[in-house]
Amino acid sequence: MNARYMISALAVIVLFLVVLIAVQVPGLRYVFGIFIPYLALLTFMVGFIYRVMDWTRSAVPFRIPTTAGQQKSLPWIRYAPFDCPSNKGGVLVRMILEVLTFRSLFKNTRMRLREGSRLAYQLEIFLWVGALAFHYAFLAVLVRHLRFFTEPVPFFVQLVENVDSFFRFEFVYPVVQFGLPGVFLSGLVLLAAVTYLFLRRIFVPQAKYISLAADYFPLFLIFAIALSGIYMRYVTKIDVLAAKELTMGLVTFHPTLPEGVGSVFYVHVFFVSVLLAYFPFSKLMHLGGIFLSPTRNLTTDTRARRHINPWNYPVPVHTYEEYEDEFRDKMIEAGLPVEKMPVENLVEEEKKGVSHGRGNS
Amino acid sequence: MGTGLERLLEKHKTAILKNWFESAIQAYAPDMALFISGKKDPFANPVGSTTLKGLEVLLDQLIADMDRQIITSYLDPIIRIRAVQDFTPSQATAFILLLKKILRHRFADELRDHQLAGELVLLEAKIDQLCLMAFDIYMACREKIYEIKAAETRNRTFRAFERAGLITDTLDEKPGLK
Amino acid sequence: MAEEILKPEELLQISHRPPVTDWMETPINIRKGMYCYASNPKSVEYVGLPNARPWNPVEDDWKLPENWQEIIHQGFKERLEKFRSFKVFMDICVRCGACADKCHYFIGTGDPKNMPVLRAELLRSVYRNDFTTVGRILGKVAGARPLTLEVLKEWWYYFFQCSECRRCSVFCPYGIDTAEITIMGRELLNLLGLNIDWIATPVANCYRTGNHLGIQPHAFKDMLDFFVDDIEEITGVRVEPQFNKKGADILFITPSGDVFADPGTYTCMGYMMLFHFLQERYGLDITWSTYASEGGNFGFFTSHETMKRLNSKMYAEAKRLGVKWILGGECGHMWRVINQYMDTMNGPADFLRTPVSPITGTRFENAKSTKMVHITEFTADLIKHGKLDLDPRRNDHLKVTYHDSCNPSRGMGLFEEPRYVIQNVCNHFYEMPANTIREQTFCCGSGAGLNAGEDMELRLTGGLPRANAVNYVRAKHGVNMLACICAIDRAALPALMEYWVPEVDVTGVHELVANALNLPGQNERSTDLRGEELPGSAGAAEGEADEE
Repeated sequence: MNARYMISALAVIVLFLVVLIAVQVPGLRYVFGIFIPYLALLTFMVGFIYRVMDWTRSAVPFRIPTTAGQQKSLPWIRYAPFDCPSNKGGVLVRMILEVLTFRSLFKNTRMRLREGSRLAYQLEIFLWVGALAFHYAFLAVLVRHLRFFTEPVPFFVQLVENVDSFFRFEFVYPVVQFGLPGVFLSGLVLLAAVTYLFLRRIFVPQAKYISLAADYFPLFLIFAIALSGIYMRYVTKIDVLAAKELTMGLVTFHPTLPEGVGSVFYVHVFFVSVLLAYFPFSKLMHLGGIFLSPTRNLTTDTRARRHINPWNYPVPVHTYEEYEDEFRDKMIEAGLPVEKMPVENLVEEEKKGVSHGRGNS
Repeated sequence: MGTGLERLLEKHKTAILKNWFESAIQAYAPDMALFISGKKDPFANPVGSTTLKGLEVLLDQLIADMDRQIITSYLDPIIRIRAVQDFTPSQATAFILLLKKILRHRFADELRDHQLAGELVLLEAKIDQLCLMAFDIYMACREKIYEIKAAETRNRTFRAFERAGLITDTLDEKPGLK
Repeated sequence: MAEEILKPEELLQISHRPPVTDWMETPINIRKGMYCYASNPKSVEYVGLPNARPWNPVEDDWKLPENWQEIIHQGFKERLEKFRSFKVFMDICVRCGACADKCHYFIGTGDPKNMPVLRAELLRSVYRNDFTTVGRILGKVAGARPLTLEVLKEWWYYFFQCSECRRCSVFCPYGIDTAEITIMGRELLNLLGLNIDWIATPVANCYRTGNHLGIQPHAFKDMLDFFVDDIEEITGVRVEPQFNKKGADILFITPSGDVFADPGTYTCMGYMMLFHFLQERYGLDITWSTYASEGGNFGFFTSHETMKRLNSKMYAEAKRLGVKWILGGECGHMWRVINQYMDTMNGPADFLRTPVSPITGTRFENAKSTKMVHITEFTADLIKHGKLDLDPRRNDHLKVTYHDSCNPSRGMGLFEEPRYVIQNVCNHFYEMPANTIREQTFCCGSGAGLNAGEDMELRLTGGLPRANAVNYVRAKHGVNMLACICAIDRAALPALMEYWVPEVDVTGVHELVANALNLPGQNERSTDLRGEELPGSAGAAEGEADEE
């Protein structure tokens, strides 16, 4: 079992050493500062689009939403518009709640019996909180980094920064506190959340049993990215202007390599590049996949509106005629109506004057 | 039972129960054992909660007087679960005897006292009794399973139809597929 | 129970379990009581499915075709293109583990491969190996493995330990549905003729005779005639079911389990009494069919194609008889098929009309395209409009709880209708704990074709979470009756109850309705439909004190 995260950890360490050594060679800085980021971004964009297109190429033959609430049926029965959405608006809300609040994950409730037989409900909330913290912190960090890729910096980046540093941590530890404009909570939350998600995979038995190397690798990578970022910002305090010169160069397609950004910067950029390039080939594609999940993104009015299967094809069936041919005698005998009455029966019936219709024994 | 051991057991009850529960669920695969011991929700984790609740009462019963009815009502659910799971009869019932080992281990020092040792022998006899009861329950459960299987088969030969001679074997005739 | 006798030194060892091994390296042990017998070749052949031959799962040689790996590979590829669900679910799982302990089979058996995520990984590991670049290059590091015979056997063992109940899909943040995975897994296995007989033979029967049990038309009618006698004995009223009647208003289809197996038979009697009441009082014109005499669809547990072939009879018969719309009885997976597949597969049903209750005038807008209405929707509407003459006191000897059947719950969203009906025909109704009902309901442990006799241990362990919740309301409220709206439930839950909670019996909702329903011209009833004495029936029905 250990092998799975050891391999991933080893991979990240090797990547770290590679970039650390490589950037000591001036010529290779071009590779790690310009070429690899471009390549990674290209891989990410092409790969992401390809994967999504690939999914959409597959058909959706049936409407199979998971109905997690009351269906819309009789007008006097209150239905669950978001858990069992009967129209596109409901689906939209369901998807928004799913994507923005991880609603399904939130459904993990558990109960305890307290004092004999009194039931108490409790949310099994940690995975949900951890996942939410991780994703939102990641988003905040991402938005903040737009500062490096835009000139002038858009207002929402400023806004996120303000909110982010609003929860300012007052460090008493002088080394860290010294000369800082403010600590961004998001970076620390990201680091903490990644750590939690990792520890969960180590200590929750089922999670450990099912985890693959591919589950640990992105965690380690993101951990390394966050750590190198925090290190640059609070410890080595890199030349932000130089860094921005480089990133703006990339964005404007006039790449330059300013002096004085330091090797940790290259480590940071390289890890981000690896993450980007790795993204389309990995489970991280859940970012795109969730929007295409047929148990969530389809309406539940399946009996009210017909869904078309693009590859629906005729199948061999056992027709009523074949059925009656096989059982006609027995059906007649039992007084069941038949389509084709054999001639001799007709004659006989006429004599007796009985109908061959439905009979009650 | 003398009060010496009784007092000792009362004092360490929580710890003994914990050990006993742990060794009882050691019978499960390691991943499952952790799941069983971890989740407290009786509806999400019936195996764990039934076992823990049962062992607690059984321990009380061993310390005090053994009430057959109470013991059965708490031992039965534990054994009933194990009787359908992947266990041999010995695996399903061994956890009861393991209590002896736990007690001997925990009270190794105290047992140098002869009186206590004597009391423990008596307690161990009760544990043996418990184990025999467990085995009876186990067999009753297995018999029940076979009974259910047999009854279902009987129902599924659709008595009424057969009586009326209405069932023919579909598949003896030629395939109708073209 | 394992077969072997343990060695003396093994007997009291604590750790007699194998040490933790990687799941990919843990060999399967096809255990007696957990698997169902292999399909009868005659059944496979009858419906023209591949590789019909006798075989035995516990033997080494499964008599597979020479090129079986290629068949699976091609089948896999085809299904990835045909089903976006399959492709997306293969790709996006992050193995967060939210589903792990949601499976009743995992909770009951403790077998880690019954965690939904691992069940899916059984397929995913082969998917990565065969269809992804990373998997091909990195192999096991990327969680990929080639499809060996051992892996195939693992598929068979575990895809027939999933009841397609969809409980895990409620909790998955991406909506990954193990039912969908299992459906695909079973389709692939069927390409090699690897089905179980409890599914294969009902499929063949249904194809030929119209129902799973192979009941031929005259026998079907005879069986209902038996019920006519029984009903007359109990109520003094002789009901008159109609069969294969052209020009009737409504075609009624219910699982054949209701016609042949207790306690479903009482539910069947319930339908008959309800229809009789409506016919007498309001002139309802409803017909049964012997050709479409099966609501259930074990084809759904075989392949999409087989499902379509069996399901075709419903619309075909409705068209032939010229009815206005179809009414469906109490059944689980039947309703998933009708609600989410039928119209798409075998529609459009443009020869039928939007269902309108001829008694209340209610238009069932929610069924306006498929044109099939669930009987609890129909009955709930009748009760709401005060069209039934009910005396719930005849159910006073019952303390009822309600088991949400998986498919109507998570494949349809049918929660309130049956509850409304029950609460109007019973005075004592108690819910089980919230995380065991509605969309979080636990399976009976026998769904998706697993209600055979030989896999009783699987069924009893899988049903433990459900039984456990029933036991809770039994202890707390004295519940003695478990109501459900599924024929497999009615067949499987009695065994489950007998083992875990012997004080509790099983009923369909319409048996309860019929107990309460006053038929025009009835005798005073002294028994319920099961022939059990009604307490206080001898005159003073009101006098019974409710000991709560």
